[in-house]
Amino acid sequence: MDTTLRINSAHVGSSFVARIEKISGQKLLACYQCGKCSAGCPMAAYMDVLPNQMIRMAQLGMQQQLLATNAIWMCVSCLTCNSRCPKGIKIAEVIEALRKTALNDGQRDDHLKIMELSPEARSVLPPIATISAMRKLTS
Amino acid sequence: MGNENKPMKLAYYPGCTLKNQATNFDVSTVSSMAKLDVEVEELDRWNCCGTVHALDSDNVMNRVAPITNMIRVKEAQARMEGMASEFMTSCAMCYNTLKRANIEVKQRADVLATINDLLYLDEIKYEGDVEVLHLLEYLRDRVGFDSLAKKVTKPLEGLRVACYYGCLLVRPKEVAFDDVENPMVMENLIRALGATPVDFSHKTECCGAYQTVDKPEIIADRTDRIMGSANEELADLVVVSCPLCAFNLDFRQDDAKRLNPDFHNMPVLYFTQLMALAFDCDDAALRFDLHHIDPLPVLKARGLG
Repeated sequence: MDTTLRINSAHVGSSFVARIEKISGQKLLACYQCGKCSAGCPMAAYMDVLPNQMIRMAQLGMQQQLLATNAIWMCVSCLTCNSRCPKGIKIAEVIEALRKTALNDGQRDDHLKIMELSPEARSVLPPIATISAMRKLTS
Repeated sequence: MGNENKPMKLAYYPGCTLKNQATNFDVSTVSSMAKLDVEVEELDRWNCCGTVHALDSDNVMNRVAPITNMIRVKEAQARMEGMASEFMTSCAMCYNTLKRANIEVKQRADVLATINDLLYLDEIKYEGDVEVLHLLEYLRDRVGFDSLAKKVTKPLEGLRVACYYGCLLVRPKEVAFDDVENPMVMENLIRALGATPVDFSHKTECCGAYQTVDKPEIIADRTDRIMGSANEELADLVVVSCPLCAFNLDFRQDDAKRLNPDFHNMPVLYFTQLMALAFDCDDAALRFDLHHIDPLPVLKARGLG
């Protein structure tokens, strides 16, 4: 009996996997789940799903679950994960691709409502904060 | 310094925040460079650096703003004698965004050609022939910390300084001009100014960046950890090179104190303000009035206020 088990990304959610790989320019299956990205992530404490888990979910094409996490919006692209990944995967680029997918899919799922902040809260913010937040969190 | 008699000319890109909340970073940069006999010339018609390098693999539109600034540098070079094909910025965010866009167009002729097409109104075309320098890099490699130390008229003796790099000066490694995990360029500058740099475990730990806009509670926790680690090393103050880090670490200290009653307030300065102080520039070059936590008490305690 043939007991060979082959794992590849050509099944579930494969169009999603291909899309994330294209936008991010990364090969998702290069990840072997060592967890170093999550160990060093300064934002991991505030995430519902850890960076290495985001990569695993992306490998498996779990589009809906992944795009519903708060973690993809918590990442601030500090690139600590990228600089420490032993496989040279740019995890932050993958997470950026996930945000772009959520923001560009027609729903325009914005994660910052700048006008809901009080005028006082807005007025103290330096432009560098407001501009970068809007670039990352809004469509 | 190459020629002691002739001042060096250097194109300067301030960026938006240095012309708004972080005026103290702007004036201390310009004033301290004057003391080093470097003639700083602010670029004409500079525009947004791009504020955050977009990480998707095919995003030409986000490179247009940074590359437009390269053309402004070439215009300044064509207009002014003695101006090199390079420019300096002291803002870590501007440095990172401008440098990354520059690296990308140098490597990808197709992206560069598209951007030049989009910028058809500019007579000068960009050919990847401008270099982006961070001020710390310029001070280390062009001025030299030994020469810089000779200009110090008010040594910052006894002042204990924690040097905070954050993300943008060291990541990704293509833009880092020092070790990615344990940079020392700021410590070496601080030493040249007569102060004492302390060990700082959190010097490249992210401050939480733009989450400050609507999640100040997260920044409070980051600030508590980062400033707390500086406090453990008995630092008097923290120096930074990024106006976003400065805002988070300084202005979110009240939130940090609410989160952790043992939080110890500590001033956050730009490294250029310590230069201006050591070069004995006047108060207008320091603008300590723009800080949330007043730096004067700790400076006075060290006989420097």
